[in-house]
Amino acid sequence: MGKQAAIELKNITKTFGSIIANKDVSLTVNRGEILSILGENGSGKTTLMNMISGIYFPDHGQIFINGQEVVIRSPRDAFDYKIGMIHQHFKLVDVFSAAENIILGLENEGKFNIKQSTSKIKAISEQYGFEIDPDKKVYEMSVSEKQTVEIIKVLYRGADILILDEPTAVLTPQEAQKLFAVLRRMRDDGKSIIIITHKLHEVLSLSDRVVVLRKGEYIGTVETKETNETELTEMMVGKKISLNIDRSEPKNCETRLEVKNVSCVNREGVKMLDSVNFEAKSGEILGIAGIAGSGQRELLESIAGLQKLTEGQILYHNPKTGKTDNLGDKTPLQIRDLGVRLSFVPEDRLGMGLVGNMDIVDNMMLRSYRKGKTMFLERKKPKNLANKIIEGLEVVTPNANTPVRRLSGGNVQKVLVGREIAASPTVLMAAYPVRGLDINSSYLIYNLLNSQKEEGVAVIFVGEDLDVLLELCDRIMVISSGKISGIVDARTATKEELGLLMTKNNGGTTDEQ
Amino acid sequence: MIVAFIQRAVVQGIPLLFGSTGEIITEKTGNLNLGTAGVMYVGGMTGVIGAFLYEQSAETINPVLAVLIPMLSCVLGSLFMGLLYSFLTVTLRANQNVTGLALTTFGVGFGNFFGGSLIKLTGSDTPSITLTQTSNCFKQALPFADKLGWFGDVFLSYSFLAYMAVAIALIASFFFNRTRAGLHLRAVGENPATADAAGISVSKYKYLATCVGSIIAGFGGLYYVMDYACGVWSNDGFGDRGWLAIALVIFAIWKPSLSILGSMIFGGLFIVHNYIPNLSMSMQEIFKMTPYVVTIVVLIFISMRRKRENQPPASLGLSYFREER
Repeated sequence: MGKQAAIELKNITKTFGSIIANKDVSLTVNRGEILSILGENGSGKTTLMNMISGIYFPDHGQIFINGQEVVIRSPRDAFDYKIGMIHQHFKLVDVFSAAENIILGLENEGKFNIKQSTSKIKAISEQYGFEIDPDKKVYEMSVSEKQTVEIIKVLYRGADILILDEPTAVLTPQEAQKLFAVLRRMRDDGKSIIIITHKLHEVLSLSDRVVVLRKGEYIGTVETKETNETELTEMMVGKKISLNIDRSEPKNCETRLEVKNVSCVNREGVKMLDSVNFEAKSGEILGIAGIAGSGQRELLESIAGLQKLTEGQILYHNPKTGKTDNLGDKTPLQIRDLGVRLSFVPEDRLGMGLVGNMDIVDNMMLRSYRKGKTMFLERKKPKNLANKIIEGLEVVTPNANTPVRRLSGGNVQKVLVGREIAASPTVLMAAYPVRGLDINSSYLIYNLLNSQKEEGVAVIFVGEDLDVLLELCDRIMVISSGKISGIVDARTATKEELGLLMTKNNGGTTDEQ
Repeated sequence: MIVAFIQRAVVQGIPLLFGSTGEIITEKTGNLNLGTAGVMYVGGMTGVIGAFLYEQSAETINPVLAVLIPMLSCVLGSLFMGLLYSFLTVTLRANQNVTGLALTTFGVGFGNFFGGSLIKLTGSDTPSITLTQTSNCFKQALPFADKLGWFGDVFLSYSFLAYMAVAIALIASFFFNRTRAGLHLRAVGENPATADAAGISVSKYKYLATCVGSIIAGFGGLYYVMDYACGVWSNDGFGDRGWLAIALVIFAIWKPSLSILGSMIFGGLFIVHNYIPNLSMSMQEIFKMTPYVVTIVVLIFISMRRKRENQPPASLGLSYFREER
C-alpha cells in the first residue's frame, strides 16, 4: 500500500508567555494509519494537537494537508480540511441532546431539520458499530456515551483525520476495547487517526507508528512493530527508568480506620453509598476499584468529613493516644483538632485541592496558615516546602511563584500530592492521583505512596488502571453502585475478577455488557 | 373595574416585556447585562430627543415620521449602549457585573442630564417635557377596538408597540428553539469553549445578541415615555423598571414566551395597590415589593428542583478567551 501523507507538520513552535509548549516539532501522519503521540506531562502533546484543530495558532512553522500548505486559524478551518478532534475534556453542551450537540456549528446543511440529522446519525452509528440514542440529553449520559457523541460529531462532519486526546482515561477496560475496535474499523476505512495516550500497552496494541515528544521537542518516530515498552519509555523520559513497583510485605498492621455500615445520599436524594463496611490498616495500601461514579468520591469525602452520613459510623484508632474516635459526625476542622490527620487528594484537582490563580507557595500555605504564631503570614516555610516539592517531584514550572492554573495537568497533580504527603498523615487517601500523569510521574507517585506505606501510614488508593491496582495495592476493594461487591487480595486476584466485581449488582442503564 | 385593571397591568407590563426579552437574548449568550436598566433609560431618552427635535422643527406633524424618527433615534441610542457593553466585556473581557452596573449608572445619568437640558430649552415651569403630539401618534389604537366591548378593551386597545413586544417575544422563542442560529446562540451561553470548537464565532454571537437585546430593551424605555407616560418625560420617572425586567428574566426561567405572561403578572403586581381601597402608604410600598418577592420565590423553587433545562445559561457572567489555560 502506497503511503500518502495526510497531514504534515514542519517546525511548529508555540509559546505561552515564558513557557515553551512546542519547539520545532515536525511529524507526518499517513492515510489509513493510527499514529500514537507519546510524551510526558507538559511535553506539549495536547498543545500540538490543538494547533492542528485550530484552537491555538502556532507562532512559527507550517502545516501541510495532502501536500498543500494550509493556515488553520479556527476550528472551522480545521473542519474544512476534514480534521476533527475529540478533546480530553469533552466539548459538549450538557442541556442539549446528542443530536443537537452533533449538528452544532454546521451551517451548510440547508434547512434546520433535526429529524433528518437524526437519521444520518443513526446511519453513521450503524456503519461503525456505535450504540447511541440521539434524543438523550448529554447530562444524562455516562462517560463512554459522551465520548461516542464526540466521535460521531467528528464523523458527521466527514472528518478524515481524527485526533483523540487520551480517550481511554475515563473508560473501563471493556469500553476501551470497544473503542479500539471502532478505531481499527475507521483506519481500515482509510481514515488517519492520531491518539494521545500515556498507556504504553495501548500504544503497542493499537497504533502503527509512535511519535515521541519530550519537553515540547520532537524526539523521534518509531514503527510500533519494531519497538517495546522499555525503548519507548527511554525516548520519553530521556533516561532509563524502572517500570516495576517494589511492593513490600505489609508490616505492623493495625486497624486504623473502621468503616461500619456507612450510607449516604447525594443532593438529589439518590443513595450513593449503601451499608459500606471495611477496615483500613496501617502499613498497607488498600485499593478501591470501580466504574467512575460508583461512590468512590462519596466514600472518601465521608471519611474526610465532607459528606454527611445518613447511617453508620467511621471509627479512627488513634495510634498516639490509643483512643477511638468517631469521625462520622465531625467537621474536617474538628477532625484536625483531634489530632486525626487525614490527607485528602480530591478527584477534582483544581476544584477542591488547589486554588488555580494562586502560586505554588500560596497553595502550600492553604494547609499551614493556621500554624503561624503571629497575625502575619509566615511565608518562609511554605516557600521551602514548595521548592522541595518542585525539586523532588520534578515539577515543570518557571518558578514557585507561577499560578498553579498555568501548569500542565500532571504538574498540578504533583504539587497537590506533594503537599498532602508533606503533612505526614496517618491515613492518606488518594483519589486518582495519577489521572492524566505520564509514566515517569506516575511511578514517582506510586513510590511516594509505597514509602508512606512503609512508614506505617494507612494508604487508601482509588485508581482506574486495574494493572496498577493489582501491582501496587495489598488489598483491593471493589465498589459497585455504592455497595462493596468484594474485597480481594491484590497478590492473587486477576483483572477479569475485578472487572466482574465492578459490574456486579449494577442494575442501572450504564451497564452495556 | 377588572377590565381596567387588566388594561393597566398590560400597559405596565409591556416595558418589562421589552426589557426582559432583550435581556434574555443577551443572557442566552452568557452576557449578564445588568446595564439593562441604563439601556432602557437611554432608549427612552434618545427617543424623546428625536421626537423633541422633530416637533420643534416641523411645522405640521407627519404621523409616520413622528413615529419613525423617535424609534430610529431610540435604536441608535440603545445600540450604542449594547456596543459599549459588548466591547468592554467581549473584546476587552472586563468584568460583566461591574460593566453592567456602570452602564446602569451611566444610562440613568444620561437620561436625567438630557432630560434636564431639554426642560431648560423649553423654558417650562414644570420639571418635565411634554410631547403630546408624538405620543398621540404612538398611541394610535386599532380603530374597531372600542366597538367590541370588554374583549376589545382587554385584547385590542393597545398601541402598536405593545403588540410588537409580544411579537418579538414569540419570535425570540421560536428563534431559540427552532432555528440553527438559535441553537448556536444557546450553545455559546452554555459552553463557549464547545461552541468555539464547533466552529461557532463566540464573539460574533455575543456582540449580535447583546446589541439586538439592547435595542429591544431600549424600546421598553420608548414605550414607557410615549405610551405609558403619554409623552411626558420627567427625570427618574422610569424608576426601577429596568431591575424589574431583569427579575422577570429569572421569573420566566429564560423563556421569552413565559415572560409575556410574566410581564402581565409583574405589571399587575406593580399596580395592584391602586385597586385595593383604603391602603396606607406603608402597605402600598409593601405591595410594590411583591414582584421582587415572587422572583425570589421562583429562584428558590428552580434551585430546589434543579431541573437542568430551567437553570440559567451555564456560562452566564463569564467572559471567554480561547487560549486561556
